[in-house]
Amino acid sequence: MDLTTFLIQCLNALQYGLLLFLVASGLTLIFGIMGVINLAHGSFYMIGAYMAFALAPFVAASVGGGFFTTLLFGLILAVALGYVLEWAFYSFLYTREHLQQVLMTYGLILVFEELRSLLVGDDVHGVQAPDFLSGSIPLGDMMVYPVYRLFISGVCLLLALGMYFVFAKTRLGMMIRAGSTNREMVQSLGIDIKFLYRVVFAAGVAIAVLAGMVAAPVSSVYPGMGGLVLIICFVVVVIGGIGSIRGALLASLLIGVVDTFGKVLVPQVAGVLVYVLMAVILLWKPDGLFKAG
Amino acid sequence: MLSTLNSLVRWTGATLALTALSAGLATAQTTGKLKVGFMLPYTGTFASLGTAIENGFRQHVTELGGKIAGREVEYFKVDDESEPSKATDNVNKLIKRDQVDVLIGTVHSGVAMAMAKAAKESGTLLIVPNAGADAVTGAMCAPNIFRSSFSNWQPGYAMGEVMAKKGIKKVVTITWKYAAGDESVKGFKESFEKGGGTVVKELSLPFPNVEFQGLLTEIAATKPDAVFTFFAGGGAVKFVKDYAAAGLKGTIPLYGSGFLTDGNLDAEGAAADGLFTALHYADSLNTKRDNAFRLNYAKTFRMQPDVYAVQGYDAAQMLSIGLNATKGDATKATDISAALRKATIDSPRGPFTISASHNPVQDFYLRQSSAKEKENKVVGMASAKLADPGRGCKM
Repeated sequence: MDLTTFLIQCLNALQYGLLLFLVASGLTLIFGIMGVINLAHGSFYMIGAYMAFALAPFVAASVGGGFFTTLLFGLILAVALGYVLEWAFYSFLYTREHLQQVLMTYGLILVFEELRSLLVGDDVHGVQAPDFLSGSIPLGDMMVYPVYRLFISGVCLLLALGMYFVFAKTRLGMMIRAGSTNREMVQSLGIDIKFLYRVVFAAGVAIAVLAGMVAAPVSSVYPGMGGLVLIICFVVVVIGGIGSIRGALLASLLIGVVDTFGKVLVPQVAGVLVYVLMAVILLWKPDGLFKAG
Repeated sequence: MLSTLNSLVRWTGATLALTALSAGLATAQTTGKLKVGFMLPYTGTFASLGTAIENGFRQHVTELGGKIAGREVEYFKVDDESEPSKATDNVNKLIKRDQVDVLIGTVHSGVAMAMAKAAKESGTLLIVPNAGADAVTGAMCAPNIFRSSFSNWQPGYAMGEVMAKKGIKKVVTITWKYAAGDESVKGFKESFEKGGGTVVKELSLPFPNVEFQGLLTEIAATKPDAVFTFFAGGGAVKFVKDYAAAGLKGTIPLYGSGFLTDGNLDAEGAAADGLFTALHYADSLNTKRDNAFRLNYAKTFRMQPDVYAVQGYDAAQMLSIGLNATKGDATKATDISAALRKATIDSPRGPFTISASHNPVQDFYLRQSSAKEKENKVVGMASAKLADPGRGCKM
């Protein structure tokens, strides 16, 4: 591997890592901070991707279209969906055992997949990247790098910064962190913890949906896509340390590097490398890299 | 995993129907109703393939007036969910509970292997209408096991011949590390290296991982004359788009097995335009046989047929030829086998025969994708009358 190739592979690793963080960040909120084992996270991601595919023509017909308008529509729908889901299902889970959380969220996966099949069908669909982002940058003498991939990385960095700022620096973030440590105490201080959690959950769903919508032009849209990202998202949260945004970002980047170079250098064992990484890190730090609280 | 509930509901329905029926059925082997058991994916990623296969099969039975070899056809259905771990249980529902005369299935190779094993043990007639696992008509072959589709080895081998003839010397292959991908690449390598080419690098990634960027960089750094690939479904769409987005499409031509673009052209868009693939069917064969089949299919099912529908249709044709020879007795496997070995099946894909190991000996078309017309057009013959070697088959 010469230097140019090595540098391009580093860029690939970085870009994949950031994409992973984008996909896993919603889970950091719901599983990491709220403590609910949410297997339906992959479904929220899938819903986002299908929204990017199905909403675009609708938005174009009603308000004239546009990539960001579609994103905005999707986010509004996602917040509403998250709010309703929390009220109807998840709010009963906080005090229940993990097994019950697993059962219910697994049930939701079945429901969402079947709804997807009924509403949109089982075909594979492509989603166009917006025109102003569809260019590419030459890289070495053979390859070009799509601008849209860099855009995804940008979105991801903004999201990471935004989440970190809200949780570490604002009063809202302080309340959420306090709530995750001691629910009753926060409640007795006069904060409406139920409402607060509903908002956090809605935000988690919205971020997962955003990830799906933003990733759709590079990932395509197909049945079962949610299941593919689910496990790697849990790996990110567990390596990073439950509830730590900083940890999730670092874990994503680590996985990006291990996965990219693993496939190229040791293809025979590439499938297990990420899990070996997880095992090693958990042996060294059983709570993950940065456990919050 | 999706469809546990679903199949439960389906089953309960099937069981009820069965109990009602079994009361009145005498078990005469050549006169009563012919019980056909579909074990196909009706939910999950391959759901649309299962439906197409069943539609194709039913279309031919309807053409025969609802009867095969004089026996009225009765259908039984099990959703295999493309789930190998449930395959043995599922196939036994059809063999033991429903006591079907013939099994039709399936799409997923792992599930098909379990079906072949069960069919071998019970002696039930089995026709595989898609799954390409080489072993089905290789090490697992048996007088009562047939395939109406292809072996994974075949499209790869056909493409290797084409690329060697074009004078391409250095090729990189890329696929998922699983049976279909490995077998396809193996077939490709065999004919390509026989034709004087060299495979300089074999890239693979774990199934069903779709993060290709690192491997695309490897391809760019290796600078081969061309790339041969096997991907299918959603992964194929992403690969074709990523390949084009990385700017490789213009500099290093991409060739593949037909599943790269079949059913995916809508989603792949301009990225697939001009790609060459090899398969035993195409959208614009424009033969009288195919046109009649397509028109009929479109009228009955209100959708366009694809390669899977053709394979289902031909499974019914093969069954009919076999049973006509035994006057409707599905248990005489050696007689059925002898009849099919002599027969030429008049398929919409073009006529084909059956090899000694019971896999189709068929033409593989070289097709070029057109993004504008959304068709995989025939541009020539990749390999005529190509027969799978049937390695490991002792019958």
